[in-house]
Amino acid sequence: MEKVVRGFYSIAHSVKLCKPNVIAAYPITPQTEIVENLAEMYANGELGDCEYVTAESEFGAASILVGASAAGARTFTATCSQGLILMSEVLINAAGMRLPIVLVNTNRALSAPLSIWNDHQDSMVLRDGGLMQIHVETNQEAHDMVPVAFKVAEDHKVMLPFMINMDGYKLTHAYEPIDLLEQEMVDTFLPPYNPPVYMTTKDPLTFGSYAPPQYYAEFRVALQNAMERARKVLEKAYKEWAEITGRDWGGHIVAEGVEDADLVAISMGSLTGMVRDVISELRNQGKKVGLLKIRTFRPFPAKEVRGALKDAEKILVFERAVSFGHGGPVGMEVKSACFGLTPEFYSFAVGLGGRDVPREEIVRIISDVYYGKVDQGFHFGTVKPFEEVIV
Amino acid sequence: MNYFGPGHGACPGCGLTIATRNVLEALEGKCFVANSTGCLEIVSSQYERSAWGVPYIHSLFENAGAVAAGIDLALKALKRKGEGKVVVFAGDGATADIGIGTLSGMFDRNHDVIYICLDNEAYQNTGNQQSGLTPLGSNTTTTPVGELFPGKMGRKKDMVSIAVAHGIPYVATASVAFHADLRRKVKKAAEIEGAKYIQIHSPCVTGWGIDGKQTILSAKLAYETALYPIVEYENGELTRVRKIKERKPVEEYLKIQRRFRHLFKHPKGKEIISMLQKIADENAAKFNLDV
Repeated sequence: MEKVVRGFYSIAHSVKLCKPNVIAAYPITPQTEIVENLAEMYANGELGDCEYVTAESEFGAASILVGASAAGARTFTATCSQGLILMSEVLINAAGMRLPIVLVNTNRALSAPLSIWNDHQDSMVLRDGGLMQIHVETNQEAHDMVPVAFKVAEDHKVMLPFMINMDGYKLTHAYEPIDLLEQEMVDTFLPPYNPPVYMTTKDPLTFGSYAPPQYYAEFRVALQNAMERARKVLEKAYKEWAEITGRDWGGHIVAEGVEDADLVAISMGSLTGMVRDVISELRNQGKKVGLLKIRTFRPFPAKEVRGALKDAEKILVFERAVSFGHGGPVGMEVKSACFGLTPEFYSFAVGLGGRDVPREEIVRIISDVYYGKVDQGFHFGTVKPFEEVIV
Repeated sequence: MNYFGPGHGACPGCGLTIATRNVLEALEGKCFVANSTGCLEIVSSQYERSAWGVPYIHSLFENAGAVAAGIDLALKALKRKGEGKVVVFAGDGATADIGIGTLSGMFDRNHDVIYICLDNEAYQNTGNQQSGLTPLGSNTTTTPVGELFPGKMGRKKDMVSIAVAHGIPYVATASVAFHADLRRKVKKAAEIEGAKYIQIHSPCVTGWGIDGKQTILSAKLAYETALYPIVEYENGELTRVRKIKERKPVEEYLKIQRRFRHLFKHPKGKEIISMLQKIADENAAKFNLDV
């Protein structure tokens, strides 16, 4: 049933149909309306036997879900920015304990300076935490990825936390017509959570034991192996979802017109729509340009990325975050995936802290790279001239 | 199988293990344990050597209150409440300092959780650093005795009042010196729906500088001097105290412990001892401890 709803609701509705057992909530802009929508459903008895709890902090919310998940519950929360990094100690711990917590991160910049607006700095900080991460381009994609997240996180071959990244404001606050899922469709796709192990007095197990040096490394190998297995499990879930719903969002990546492209532009998240628009216009003008949308960020689809870029002469990454002291975090991954290939490499950080990215900026950056007007390497997008106080 | 041990690596005479065993036995093992990082966790949860015979989880240092709340919610949602009680074991630092936020949240939402604070009055797992529950004058590695300072300056944080102020249905202190009293309190807590807080005075052999055989003696003297009142609150009302027949001067308690020994030599020691005696007198008056 198609309905015009905000990005928040596209998540909340989908979460409801996934029948979570425990939802932990803590407000933060621009996530709050997700947990508000869920609270309303809870207040109206629409969440079945689910326990909805208001935590004392994001740290508390994530910790509540650790306990709930270990006890065998399907769990959900949403957060972003300062909230996500406050949760980070818990989420990294949950990954190590192999707890399939699902969360939505409404991407927002990190302080300082304080910014409530969108970029990808928050989720990038969690890059090495052991969470699966995907980025969505639209609210329909966000809506569709919630059941996929639960299915993959809870797969016995995987058992890892799953974070769906959706751009704050750009998606969360946007009204879009969404083909809202029906319960039956989700039930067909997503079985009830059947934890391989959980806390029960019937079979008392120890969770979160400490590992001296003779054991620790094997746990980390197991985590890495789970991430490796998650590639296939995730890809299979993407395909199955496309079959059931008729909406195919692609695999780990979506490559458009890369086969004959001299220049391939790379993007994650909501910016992709505009990059695609510019690319297709340039193609119509006869320019050999292509687009690579990265959907899965962890596990990183290095093989697929390399395959899509093998013939490119120039690679251009639109970054939404910075790894200070190095460059753009997506570009770093792309470069490592392309090791041994010899394309020119360009990376531009745009839209930091919600800075508007006008179409002209995308056009300018692409044509500057296309015509060789800029040096290779990492750049910032449009920045005003300013005087640094500490120099 | 035992609820706790064999196989733990605690020091001989450790107060924590005495307290833990008594709590688990009072609950007849029908419980889910959330344990914060600390001595108890380290001595009992090593991979392949877990001493726990009950379902057990250790997540982080500062989140046992929230983890327990999550277990409580899951059991409710999954209709498994009958399986057992949710119990936290957390040290004094995990409770009164780093984890007080998640503890307060758990109290505030009144989860059906028995929170046991194993109070050995410092961060003993890292080697005796001061916590909010370290008493005045104690020599710790972060409040060392020097020319200027005779150990920790400042009082022990009143966690009992903080717990009572949350309006939770049951708050008590207990001591490893009084097993029957401790077990009675745990059993009573298990009968009450909602958040429960029991703070158990649990001497630390290494941190306090006592002999392994002096654990019970030390805990008993803390009670007999009124430095550690044994009290019980139900629904915010003080309902029971453990009366003291012949209250002893605080020196009796202080002199047997290395952490207080400097008070008998340091130029400011006398003043600290008199302040500690004043705290004990105040406790005795507040709770009407003297027979």
